[in-house]
Amino acid sequence: MPASFRALGGPRGVGAHGLGTRGVAVAAALVAALTLLPLLVVVPDALSADPGEAASYLLRPRVGELLTNTGLLFAVTVPATVVVGVAAAWLVERTALPGAGVWRTLLLAPLAVPSFVSAYAWVTVAPWLDGFGGAALVTTLAYFPFVFLPVAAMLRTLDPGDEEAARSLGLSPAAAVVRTLLPRLRPALSGGALLVALHLLAEYGVLEMMRFQTFTTAIMQQYAVGFSSTSSSLLASVLLTLCLVALVLDLVARGRHRVARVGSGVQRRAVPTALGGWTAPALAFLGVLVALSVAVPVATVVRWLLHGVAAGSGLDAGLVQVTLSTLGLAALGAVAAVVAALPGAWLLNRHRSGLALLLERTTFVASALPGVVIGLALVTLAVRWARPAYQTVGLIVLAYAILFLPRAMVSLRAGLAASRPELSEAARSLGLSGPATLVRVVLPLVAPSVLTALVLVALAVNTELTATLLLAPTGTDTLALAFWREASELDYAGAAPYAAVMIAMSVPLTILLRRQILEER
Amino acid sequence: MSELKIVGLSAGYGAETVLDDVELTVAEGATTAVLGGSGSGKTTLLRVVAGFLRPGSGTVTVGGRTVAGPGTWLPPERRGVGYVRQDGALFPHLSVAGNIAFGLPWPRRRHHDRVLELLDLVGLPSAIAERHPDQLSGGQQQRVALARALAPRPGLILLDEPFSSLDTALRAATREATARALRATGATTVLVTHDQDEALSFADEVAILKAGRFRQVASPRTVYREPVDAEVAEFLGDALLIAGSAADGSVTCRLGRLPVHGASVDGDAAGDVDVMIRPEQLTLTPPGAGVLDAVVRDVDYFGHDALVELDPTDEESGDPLRSRVLGVDAPAIGELVGVRVLGGVRTYPRSLGARDGRPADSLGVG
Repeated sequence: MPASFRALGGPRGVGAHGLGTRGVAVAAALVAALTLLPLLVVVPDALSADPGEAASYLLRPRVGELLTNTGLLFAVTVPATVVVGVAAAWLVERTALPGAGVWRTLLLAPLAVPSFVSAYAWVTVAPWLDGFGGAALVTTLAYFPFVFLPVAAMLRTLDPGDEEAARSLGLSPAAAVVRTLLPRLRPALSGGALLVALHLLAEYGVLEMMRFQTFTTAIMQQYAVGFSSTSSSLLASVLLTLCLVALVLDLVARGRHRVARVGSGVQRRAVPTALGGWTAPALAFLGVLVALSVAVPVATVVRWLLHGVAAGSGLDAGLVQVTLSTLGLAALGAVAAVVAALPGAWLLNRHRSGLALLLERTTFVASALPGVVIGLALVTLAVRWARPAYQTVGLIVLAYAILFLPRAMVSLRAGLAASRPELSEAARSLGLSGPATLVRVVLPLVAPSVLTALVLVALAVNTELTATLLLAPTGTDTLALAFWREASELDYAGAAPYAAVMIAMSVPLTILLRRQILEER
Repeated sequence: MSELKIVGLSAGYGAETVLDDVELTVAEGATTAVLGGSGSGKTTLLRVVAGFLRPGSGTVTVGGRTVAGPGTWLPPERRGVGYVRQDGALFPHLSVAGNIAFGLPWPRRRHHDRVLELLDLVGLPSAIAERHPDQLSGGQQQRVALARALAPRPGLILLDEPFSSLDTALRAATREATARALRATGATTVLVTHDQDEALSFADEVAILKAGRFRQVASPRTVYREPVDAEVAEFLGDALLIAGSAADGSVTCRLGRLPVHGASVDGDAAGDVDVMIRPEQLTLTPPGAGVLDAVVRDVDYFGHDALVELDPTDEESGDPLRSRVLGVDAPAIGELVGVRVLGGVRTYPRSLGARDGRPADSLGVG
């Protein structure tokens, strides 16, 4: 009946209406507009070009080559990461693999190695790996965890009851997997593949090092040669279009099927499949995967580090200085992204409205914006209208906030979901005032996820290269910038200390993400 | 400890009215069960009393203090009203002890005595104090939620379907423990439920809420034996409605001449009436020993009791009769038995026939 439906789902909480909510909604709308700022700068800029000129610029063989390269890389890396990620996830979560817990950690470890560090390692280990082959290998090794993580988390939560029901309805084991398990894995698979695609489109370091040209590398090179906002904007618009196409493909691939668990009762874990004679090949597969994606970069960094120490360089004050300034930027970026994400996350959790839905879509689109486009847009904006802001800490922090807001949003929404309005009501009826409820109930429940969001964004800032190259204030150095400078000058020993610090500081990321697989229920 | 008085209360969401001019008084220390189907407005009523929803009009008085009324609105934390939800709503970041002590002023929060006292009150072992809510069973969570609500010694406790998420065995035990704890504290209690057995067994008074209005507020015995109308009768349990003719405090129908309960309720109901009889009032006798003989058409056997469907052998047409008998007395299908009526019955102005022989189950039991 409508009355009771409204009674349960209607306005919740005390003082849920009025100024507070309106203020939050305004803040959230402002942030949403801000995240779309790069689009609002780059697209009109490209459109302002003379149509004939724009056409002749975009129809050059050069642009065709960039498109072909991007397509080639997609055609190999996306399927490769999906196959490797799903196989690894299934082995770890659904089979009686020896040491599954250790493998789970090792398979997430590539996320702690910045992809351009991995490329640097491969270039020094196998200088003949160059161009397309090197680009495809390194991106696959660096990105497969994007598929592994959501698929493993999903496999862990899926109740084997569905497969059992399918078997009892006469399906073979293989048919049961295809018809019950795969449809439910679709969102995880599609989401993982989308992440891989967006990273490929945004990748700069790996492709530059492998001398494989895509739109991002082309824009960066053009910027280095001389800043021409219109031609950069044209290339960036093509890049943006590709990103939006990837988003749409993901929406289509996810499908409209409902995949939520139906029914109540305690969920069971699946009985692990015995591997029997396949144990050794499975272990070998995972072993090679981890060796190529983690051991090679780490060992290479350590080797060059020792090399440098033997040659007399090594830890110096410069490294400490750069680390500190990186941490400073990371802290500022993290706080900015989390503060910017809070109003939207709160609104999405507490007030499902048209505005909230619009906000959700905006965040989704914003998550597809490559660092190069955000960097370019902010440079254009500053150069044209706010010259004093150009090359300031404020501008680069703004770029980080826009770039990593979607990441902060995911964690915050999980935390806000944990602090249900009923709990605040319970506190009020136990005699607590509004502020006391905030301090004793809401904050303790939300704090862990705020912390997670801060750490995730800070770690991402730590290893951000593209936007940082475009926007870093003069005189400000970061680990990624210093590493990139040394590596570009082929001073591999000089680059190693920066790589080592970046990897060491990213270790918490692996731990955080591992917990995410284990806890997702 | 605090009397609850609700006068002329209307409340709703936006333009929609959920409670319409509701009156209810719960005496100091008494327990009232508000019984209603989904959509009847029972949760809305609790939310207004607890202070989570502002009423459109009317006043709510707790222990003589107006907490909601024209120009008056006390926030929930200043009402001294405890609220226990269906899911318990325990704080996941606090231990059991932390949850129970939550509403106490801070110097006392550190002493364990009150926590242990409350755990004992709701029948939980003290060893549970250091556990976290996710390590408790559903019944234990409910009891901790009750202990938490009782800790600040509220004058009034509101229970919002607190047992409905528990399975049958646990429900009875938890209900028992809750009733005991509430008796021990002497708190005035309002229980909201859609479960008739729960309402009848738990409360001193049962208030039947339908479409935002109270249809009847009376003791469990009165509402069950003397429901105000056929709809309320059927909402509270199985009821037989048969045609009869009333005169002088008794009614004559195919089951003989029967005394009428509370005849004055319907004024001087005379002439054609509907007679409401509970199936357990029909007892089976050997053939010929009752007022009527009947053939057993069907038996639903439940173990402790059985519902027997009977085809009377008299020539009158009408629905089959139903009799609830003890399980040990259940007859066999096809057996010929006699039927007799125990105790008084209830009559309503005639509407049988107009309603196709059976009143609709419009209270939406669910």
